[in-house]
Amino acid sequence: MTEITPATLQHTSRPPRPSALSNALTFGWRAMLKFRHVPEQLFDLVMTPIMFTLLFTFVFGGALAGSTRDYLQFFLPGILVQTVAFNAVYSGMGLSTDLGKGLFDRFRSLPIWPLAPFAGLIVGDLLRHLIASAIILGIGLGLGYRPEAGLPGIAAAVLLLLVIGFGIGWVFIVLGLMIRTPSTVMTLGFTVLFPVVFASNIMVQPETMPDWLRAFVEVNPISLMTTAMRGLMADTATVSQIGLALLGPILLTAALAPVSLWLYRRN
Amino acid sequence: MLDITHETPLPHEAGDAALAIRARGLVRRFGNLTAVDGIDLDVPQGMIFAILGPNGAGKTTLMRMLATLTRPDDGSAEVMGHDLRTAPDAVREVIAMTGQFASLDEDLTGRENLVFLARLWGFGTRAARRRADDLLSAFELADARHRQVKDYSGGMRRRLDIAASLVVTPGVLFLDEPTTGLDPTARLRVWRMIRQLAQSGVTVLLTTQYLEEADQLAQRIAVIDHGRKIAEGTSRELKAATGSGFLHVALTDPAGLDRAAALLAEHLGAPVQRSPEGARLSVMAQTPEAANAALAALLAAGIALEDFAMGVPSLEEVFFALTGGAGRPPEEAA
Repeated sequence: MTEITPATLQHTSRPPRPSALSNALTFGWRAMLKFRHVPEQLFDLVMTPIMFTLLFTFVFGGALAGSTRDYLQFFLPGILVQTVAFNAVYSGMGLSTDLGKGLFDRFRSLPIWPLAPFAGLIVGDLLRHLIASAIILGIGLGLGYRPEAGLPGIAAAVLLLLVIGFGIGWVFIVLGLMIRTPSTVMTLGFTVLFPVVFASNIMVQPETMPDWLRAFVEVNPISLMTTAMRGLMADTATVSQIGLALLGPILLTAALAPVSLWLYRRN
Repeated sequence: MLDITHETPLPHEAGDAALAIRARGLVRRFGNLTAVDGIDLDVPQGMIFAILGPNGAGKTTLMRMLATLTRPDDGSAEVMGHDLRTAPDAVREVIAMTGQFASLDEDLTGRENLVFLARLWGFGTRAARRRADDLLSAFELADARHRQVKDYSGGMRRRLDIAASLVVTPGVLFLDEPTTGLDPTARLRVWRMIRQLAQSGVTVLLTTQYLEEADQLAQRIAVIDHGRKIAEGTSRELKAATGSGFLHVALTDPAGLDRAAALLAEHLGAPVQRSPEGARLSVMAQTPEAANAALAALLAAGIALEDFAMGVPSLEEVFFALTGGAGRPPEEAA
């Protein structure tokens, strides 16, 4: 057994304090490393949306829209929104796992920019959203989906999608901070998300729904986001559609970012 | 509280300049439970200081307060001269904490964990890698540096976790139960590393529920129970303060245990500890004469003894004498 050489334990003083951006990038680097070491997480990420895309298109597509092709044209922008929302649940689970292991205790006892760990989570989330939406778009295009707005439309839609993911992400950062059991975060997350996602215009137009449900679907932020996504990809988006779609993410961020910081700082 | 501190004046009593930690009246409540109930602590710089207590005594809460992780409800403390309440960020600059649960990213390799922390402290990429490699060799982890932490053994995790606290040399290193769950070999290794750290000038505050650990490692020990400090001193002082020794008796017939315990308590005026496995009792005796008298009383009452002995108390016996006797059910850690 070798002894610790005194040289390695010689006093090492800290380098100049890094910038908040440097801290955030370091956390982002950690998120990227996780993709390399745990590629399985991509499986969770893309299997559900792939399954939904294929099942809805081929099982319900003909019945709902006359042909699978027409249904895909309607459904694809919405499934992107659904994917991003479901991804956020996994991110909340990851946070809850980190907290349970004491990792965040170390972060909190370090003299770093207090928001940096969240910046890292968000970088990881955005990467996940990008990867998942690329896969779904790829499958959609392969099955015959054609965005009328072309590449610029897709780029704008993906950008909006990232903003949506950023906004919804806060909900699960808060849940991840409050709930110490990752599986509870998942159960609770999907319990909230399923009704919100299904009672929207992602899968069907709300015309045939009962009045009370239609009233909800029309103001459901998920519907507003889906409408704007469809608009951007079909080149029919109006400023007000996009504004309404952004309302949810903006309100969520404004309300929940301070709550997250407070939860993180308490105790 | 048992006042032992005055017997050996500490060098810092001339002034507080050499104190790494100075806490006064720290209190922390969780709902109805007062986890830490007014603790004072003076830890001189460069010392290994142990906080000893059973599960749920408030050790971890006390340490988390000093490490800025838990806000005190009352009281004040300075760490390396920085006030906990008004300058928590300055405190974070000079401390490092290795908690009870490994604060490592299991998915990353050992090296990546250290590089990540070094980058957070502000090292450049190359300097961060160099620092990580230095620490990995110092903690005998160089061979495992490219393995994910989830594949590390308990002892390796602990060592990496301590290494992670030393990326920048802290003024005070907090170690919360540094060897809980380790096998004896791994424990000895961690002890050796802690000693070497202290020799390099780092103040180490560690919590432990192992009396042996406090005895072996720490220059001073504070004994904590129910959120209060019940004694403080060197291990020798703590032993000396509980009297000249312990009287151990073994009964021939376990049926007389209750009666014998009552008699011993009456004659020696101290709590009697029962060994769980057999008909043995231990009790603190101030003088050999008192022990003699107590033995005579047992014989007079017709209680037959198989064996008896007087001994210097172990730290374990000291602890039980201080906390009010054995048989207290272990509580869940807070």
